[in-house]
Amino acid sequence: MQVTSRHFKEGAHAALHDKDIQKAFSKVKGGFPVARAKAASELPEFEDLRDAGRDLKNHILENLDYYLEYFEDQVLLQGGRVHWCSNYAEARDVILQICRDADARTVTKGKSMITEEMALNDFLEKNGIEPIETDLGEYIIQLAHEYPSHIIAPALHKTKDQVTELFHEKHGKYGFTERLTDPQALVNEARSILRDKYVAADVGITGANFLIAETGSTVIVTNEGNGDLTQSLPKTHIAVSSIEKVVPTLEDASLFLRLLARSATGQEMSVYTTFSTGPKRREDIDGPASFHVVIVDGGRSDLVGSDKQDLLRCLKCGACMNHCPVYQAVGGHTYGWVYPGPIGAALNPQMVGLEETRHLPNASTFCGRCEEVCPVRIPLPKIMRLWREQAFETEVTPKPERWGIGLWAYFARRPALYRIVTRIGARTLKTIAGKKGRIVKLPLMGGWSSVRDFPAPQGATFMDQWKKQNRGRK
Amino acid sequence: MSATAKPKNVALFVTCLVDLNRPSVGFAAVKLLEAAGCTIVVPKAQTCCGQPAYNSGDKKSAKAIATQVIRAFRGFDYVVAPSGSCAGMIRHHYPELFKDDATMMVEVGELASRTYELVSFLHDICGYRPENVRLETTLTYHDSCSSLREMKVKDQPRALLGSVDGLEIREAEDREACCGFGGTFCLKYSEISESMVDTKITNLLASGAETLAAGDLGCLMNIAGRLKRRGEKMKVLHVAEVLAGMGDTAGLGEGEN
Repeated sequence: MQVTSRHFKEGAHAALHDKDIQKAFSKVKGGFPVARAKAASELPEFEDLRDAGRDLKNHILENLDYYLEYFEDQVLLQGGRVHWCSNYAEARDVILQICRDADARTVTKGKSMITEEMALNDFLEKNGIEPIETDLGEYIIQLAHEYPSHIIAPALHKTKDQVTELFHEKHGKYGFTERLTDPQALVNEARSILRDKYVAADVGITGANFLIAETGSTVIVTNEGNGDLTQSLPKTHIAVSSIEKVVPTLEDASLFLRLLARSATGQEMSVYTTFSTGPKRREDIDGPASFHVVIVDGGRSDLVGSDKQDLLRCLKCGACMNHCPVYQAVGGHTYGWVYPGPIGAALNPQMVGLEETRHLPNASTFCGRCEEVCPVRIPLPKIMRLWREQAFETEVTPKPERWGIGLWAYFARRPALYRIVTRIGARTLKTIAGKKGRIVKLPLMGGWSSVRDFPAPQGATFMDQWKKQNRGRK
Repeated sequence: MSATAKPKNVALFVTCLVDLNRPSVGFAAVKLLEAAGCTIVVPKAQTCCGQPAYNSGDKKSAKAIATQVIRAFRGFDYVVAPSGSCAGMIRHHYPELFKDDATMMVEVGELASRTYELVSFLHDICGYRPENVRLETTLTYHDSCSSLREMKVKDQPRALLGSVDGLEIREAEDREACCGFGGTFCLKYSEISESMVDTKITNLLASGAETLAAGDLGCLMNIAGRLKRRGEKMKVLHVAEVLAGMGDTAGLGEGEN
């Protein structure tokens, strides 16, 4: 996927002046976070589960090779195949080859962030295979040629009116010519088109929320049931997963399932939780004739053992973005790559480079709400700070910022000199402010003055007044 | 326990914003700490906790400034700051800064463990409650992110404000949301900051309170500055000023009375 994170500020400006985006994202805070808080408070052991989830993920990451190989062995025993891909290009080629072996003309797709990362849909289209997204939100943005603005609610940025126009424009070819405005009618129209697509598809591609090592199963959660149909109707099922999704046992998967939906939407469980274990057996009523798991590294193994390994605990629940005031203000697309919000700010620099994404870890107040709600307690602000340190050390941080901090630090490290500078500064600012007590245009501080007045200093500094009172004993 | 027990030897970490911008907060802190039975020293060699450098990725400068703080604040029972942000920096982030330096870590860990945010120190450690303090106003308290999430300051300021005669607390909606200050964030991403502070202000004004108080001057300067720019009348004070009976001080961004 093309990276546009470099233009974060311009994107933020545009988003802040877009009424539809403001309306869509300002609604987030009254929705998901309220539901999550309720769900968390109704489960007394929720905080303990978060600790257990964090610890288990850490254990898995320390033994990642073992569990992945264990998983592969079990998939093979069940009659499936595992494909190891170190990067996106390899993964795309493997998936294309499986599709060609199946003589595929159309593939249905369940929601998958890793296939967003590798821009699989564009690639399949270029190679003459039609991909059809079956998650309603994904379907909408596929029709609109856009990409997700939220990892679990991909079309969050779309208004109902926009969907009405989109369906009216794109669904005429299926015989739907009426301009629908009722949400349920819109859903029904999409559903009836998708039903035919499910039956006609040659291959079904899904993501994976978990890979279970002991059984060789892949697990997906959905609220629409589209995942079930995507993976059980076509002759071939491809589950695409990144390496960190493996869990040791079914019991372990259940721990994360208890955390996942509560953190994401405030549901106790997603409506559908679908386990796939190998291809259809003789006694099965339905299921794919062939079952493939494509496991993609895509830069993640570089995180293992690094100071940012904690990122690999991520369950992709979206709680961090739901609670992020910056995300709520600028929306998902502003972040400029697959993952928006705090997880994107912490992860995208690893995935697509710090130079391209340097704004993302900087555009945070470190308010800490993301870490407060992360089901596996990823220290997101800390990781953003590590990126800031790396940007500073490698001079990715622009020179004026570096010099500004350097100059300030020069004085801050010299208390006696600092006293003189602050004494002059406080008096000067008070003089500029005059009787009003505030400064409308602060010299050299356009970022402050463009938004706010500057409350003027009271006059003499505290340290000077304290000294004058002869209380400066030390 | 306050008056009769052995006085607590407290070093005041003034904070750079209080020193430069609003010394009255520092004097309010001294007044409160003395009333709570503490003896106060203000170490001379203090400037700032180093947070601007730390959050900008300039680890080297942050460490140098932190080292200066560590030296200046040796030997006191407690270090108290009228800011959750600066106290949080010392308590939680100094250990992070020096985690690879075993020699420093002994001293850092020791300093961190005796560093407190002012209001929670008064409430939790001193058992202090304001007496004969009066302020006729309706007041809403803004939970600054560092105070709330790093220093676990939430109920303490409300409990102490509850002892101020004539004061009625009106809670605002979404009170745990960030105001958009974020140190250099508000300069570098001013438009996003503007959106965040406007959301905050909408909620604060909707509470119907006449006065806003919080425990961190950064948030207060941001919110007060935006309130003034928008022509709003809400008076903005540091919570220490209210508790110390200095509620008649001109609010942030207001001229002398």
